[in-house]
Amino acid sequence: MVQRVKGGLLVAVSLALAGCAASGSSAKSAGDAPAATAAKPVKFNKDPYPSTYRAYAGRATALRGVTVFDGEGNRFDNGVVLFADGKVQAVGGADTAIPADFDVIDGAGKFVTPGVVDIHSHLGDYPSPSVDAHDDGNEATSPTTPEVWSEHSVWPQDPGFSRALANGGVTSLQVLPGSANLMGGRSVTLKNVPARTVQGMKFPGAPYGLKMACGENPKRVYGSKGRAPSTRMGNFAVNRATWQRAAAYKKKMDEGKAVDRDLAMETLAGVLSGEILVNNHCYRADEMALVIDMSKEFGYKVSTFHHAVESYKIADILAKEGICSAMWADWWGFKMESYDSVNENIPLVYKAGACTIVHSDDANQIQRLNQETAKALKAGRRMGMQISDEQAWTWLSYNPAKALGIGDRTGSLKPGKMADVVLWNGNPFSAYTRPEKVWIDGALMFDAMDPKRRPVSDFELGQPGEGDVK
Amino acid sequence: MMRALLLSAAALIAVPAAAQDIVITNAKLVIGDGSAPIDGGTVVVRGGKVVAAGAGVAVPQGVERVDAQGRYVTPGIVAAFSRVGLVEVDAVSGTNDRSAPRTRFSAGLDIAPALNPMGSPVAVNRASGVTRAIVAPGSSSNLFAGQGAVVDLADDMDMVTRPRALQYVAFGEDGSAKAGGSRAATFLLFREQLLAARSYARNPAALAEWGNDAMIQRADADALVRVIDGTTPLFVRVDRAADIVNVLKLKDEFPALKLVLVGVTEGWLAAREIAAAKVPVVVSPLTDLPSSFEQLGATQSNAGRLKAAGIDVSVGVFDDDDAHKMGYVTQYAGNLVGLTRVPGASGMTWDQAFASISSVPAHTVGMDASIGSLRPGRAGDVVIWDNDPLELGSRPTAVWIDGKAQSLTTRQDRLRDRYATPQEGALPKAYDR
Repeated sequence: MVQRVKGGLLVAVSLALAGCAASGSSAKSAGDAPAATAAKPVKFNKDPYPSTYRAYAGRATALRGVTVFDGEGNRFDNGVVLFADGKVQAVGGADTAIPADFDVIDGAGKFVTPGVVDIHSHLGDYPSPSVDAHDDGNEATSPTTPEVWSEHSVWPQDPGFSRALANGGVTSLQVLPGSANLMGGRSVTLKNVPARTVQGMKFPGAPYGLKMACGENPKRVYGSKGRAPSTRMGNFAVNRATWQRAAAYKKKMDEGKAVDRDLAMETLAGVLSGEILVNNHCYRADEMALVIDMSKEFGYKVSTFHHAVESYKIADILAKEGICSAMWADWWGFKMESYDSVNENIPLVYKAGACTIVHSDDANQIQRLNQETAKALKAGRRMGMQISDEQAWTWLSYNPAKALGIGDRTGSLKPGKMADVVLWNGNPFSAYTRPEKVWIDGALMFDAMDPKRRPVSDFELGQPGEGDVK
Repeated sequence: MMRALLLSAAALIAVPAAAQDIVITNAKLVIGDGSAPIDGGTVVVRGGKVVAAGAGVAVPQGVERVDAQGRYVTPGIVAAFSRVGLVEVDAVSGTNDRSAPRTRFSAGLDIAPALNPMGSPVAVNRASGVTRAIVAPGSSSNLFAGQGAVVDLADDMDMVTRPRALQYVAFGEDGSAKAGGSRAATFLLFREQLLAARSYARNPAALAEWGNDAMIQRADADALVRVIDGTTPLFVRVDRAADIVNVLKLKDEFPALKLVLVGVTEGWLAAREIAAAKVPVVVSPLTDLPSSFEQLGATQSNAGRLKAAGIDVSVGVFDDDDAHKMGYVTQYAGNLVGLTRVPGASGMTWDQAFASISSVPAHTVGMDASIGSLRPGRAGDVVIWDNDPLELGSRPTAVWIDGKAQSLTTRQDRLRDRYATPQEGALPKAYDR
C-alpha cells in the first residue's frame, strides 16, 4: 500500500516514431521549413539537458546452448547469441559460427532474452527511501504542468535501479511524472546504468513523452482543493482548453511568428507535431474511448494507455487505433476504476491484435515483470488461447521499446541493435528463475556469480547490508 | 468453453455446499508440514475433517471419490497476515474497514463484525487457493490497532474461525507517530497501557477511580489483559534491527507475552536474538528496498537466513495489496525456492516454502492442530491444483473448505467471459450473461 500511494496510483498519485529528439544543441522549430517570406522563426534548444551516456567497455561474447527468445516472437532452442562492440552480431541456432576471439559462455538449460524495458516507472522521482524529502513525482500545484520534466526529479542514487537490474533484468525504463495532474509533465527514458547524473543515464536520442492522466486522481486532487477539475467532465474541459491554447501556440510557431517562450506550450506543441509521445494513465474503457476522440479533436495521437485495466472491453478499438496498452497482470480493487480488473486483460488485448505491454509502476514489481507476464500468459492459456513463451516476451521488451520510440535500437536481439541482453538461470517465466548476467550495450553490468558486478548506490554505501545479495 | 464455465458456476451457486465425505486419490500429495510431496497419495475427509492422508491409505467404500490424476493436492493456503474481508475497494471509504483512525478505542477493537464474507475479494482469493487467513486490523487512533481474527474464505456467511486471535501493534516509525513522536514514547505508552490493564484486572473498580486520568478504557483494558497473560498472541510490526531487539526485551517485564514479529525487514541482523527468544516471524519475503530508514538492511535473503537460524517463518501479504491479492503468497514462496539457486542468497526448499504458507502460519496463532496441514484431525481444507502450486499462474481446479466444495467462479471471471469477444452483438453487453 505504501508503494502504491507513492508509486502513483491512489493518492498523489499514484505511432510510429523513431529518433525524433534533436541531438546536440541545434534544434529545429516544431513546424520546420517556414516559407522564405516569413519572419525568422524563433528556435529554442530542444535538448538542453543532453545525454552523456556512453556504453561501458564490454567483451566480445558468445552465449551458446541457450534457449533464445529474440523479443520479436522468435525462439531458438540450443541457440547462439553473439555480441561485440556493444551491438548484437548474430542470433541463431546451434550452427551459428562463433568467431575464435569471442568469450564463450555455455548456457545449457539457461535462457537468453533482450533486456526488459519498463515503460512505466517512478524510480528516481519516487526513490527509496520514500521519505517526504524524496516526494518528487507529482507537481500537484496545478492540474496541467506540461512544463515540468521528470528528469529534473530523478535521483540517480535510487537503490531501486540496481534491484530492477539484478532481479528484473531491466535494461531500459521510462520514468514518468505521477498521475495527480491531467498533464503531469515530460517523461524521460533511461538506460538502467548507475551514473552520477541523470544525463549519464539518458537513453541517447530517445523521444520525450508526455504523461497524462484521466479519471479519479486529477479530479480528486484538485476537487479536494476546491478547484477544477472536480469531475470527469471537468477533466475533459480543462484538457480541451489547454489543447486549444497549445494549438494556437503551435500555429504561431509554424507561421514563424515571434512567441514568448512558454515551456508548457512547448511540450504540448511537441505532442501536436508528433515529436513527443503521449503516455496516458487511464483505467476505464469508456474514458479511453473519450480520450481517443479528444486526441482526434486536437490532432495528436495517444501512444500508450497506462494501467488500462479495462482495455479488454475495447481491445478491438485499441487495435484499430494502433494504441498500446501497458498493463499489470492482476492488480485490482484499490480504487473504483480498478474494480473491473480481470486476470486475462493482457492476453485478451494481445488476442485482439492490439499492442500489448506489461508494465510495473512500482519499485517492487519492476523486479519481476517476467513473473507478472507469466501469470498473464497462463491465464490466457487457461482460457484456451495459444500463446507461446516467445510471443509473450514481446510484451516485455520489443513492444514497450517501440512504444517509446526506441524499438529500432533496443527491445529485440537483432544484428546491429544494442546488446541489451539477459542470461537467465532457467525459463524466465518460472518463479524459480533469476537473472544470472545482464549486459547493457554489451557491457556486463550485473553478474550473479561475481559480487563485484553488483552495483551499490551511494545511499547504501556504509549502511547495513551494503553489497548484500538483495 | 465459455458456456460450460457459466453452467458450472450456476450449478455451484444453486446447490448450497454441505460437508461431504470425500476421498481424493492419485495425488501428488503435499501434507504442508514441511515434508516432501508423496506421489500416489490419498486424502480422506470425513465430517469436514481430514481423517487420513498419505501413501497406502485405505480407500473407504461408499464415499465420493475424486481422481487427482497425479496433480498436486495440498492443504488450503493460509495467508499469515492480511486484511481480506475488511476491504472491498480501498479508496471507497465506506467499504474499507481496515483502520479506524478516529475511534476513541484501540486494543478493544474486534474486527470480527467488520468482515464481509460476501465481498468479491473473498471469492477472488479463494479462487487462488487461499482457504484461511490471519486478518489483522490496520490501525486505530492509539498505539494498539485492535484484535484480529483467523478466518475462512468459504462461500458462506460465517467467516470467523477464531475471533480475537491476535492483538496488533506497530512499533518503529508507525508506532512513534501514534505514540507522540518518538520510539521512547512508544515504549513508554506500551508499558503504561499494559500496567494499567494489569491494575484494572486486579481491581476493576480502579478504572472508575482514575476517572479522566485513566490511561486506558475498559474495553481496551479487557483486551490487553489477555495479551499480558499470553492468551492473545501479540503481533508486532517492527523492521529495524535495534527495534526488534528492544521489542524482544518486552518479555523481561511481561514474560507471558506471546510475541509474533511482523515485517522484520532487518531480522537477519538480529536472527540470534529472535531465535533465542523462540519468537516466530511473518515476512513479506521479497522486500529488498530501503523504503525507509528502518529497512536499510532489506534483502530477499532475510526469510532464508531467519529460517536457517531456526526461526519459524511464515509469509504474509503487507506493504502490498493486503486485501485483494492473498494469492501472492504462493508466488512469494516460489521465489524463496528460486533464491536457493542464486549464489550467495538464502531461500527455502520447496517443502519449507510451502509450509511457510500453510502449517507455519497456523502455528503462529496456535492453531496448527486444527488448520494448515493435511494431518489427521485438521479441517478438510483441500486444494487440487492444475500445476505446481508455487509456480507462476498455477490455479486450483477444486477447493474444499471444512469438507465443503467451493465455487471458484468470481466476478472477474464473469467480466472476462462477457468480453471474451469485445464487440457488441445483436444486443448490448448488458444482456450477455
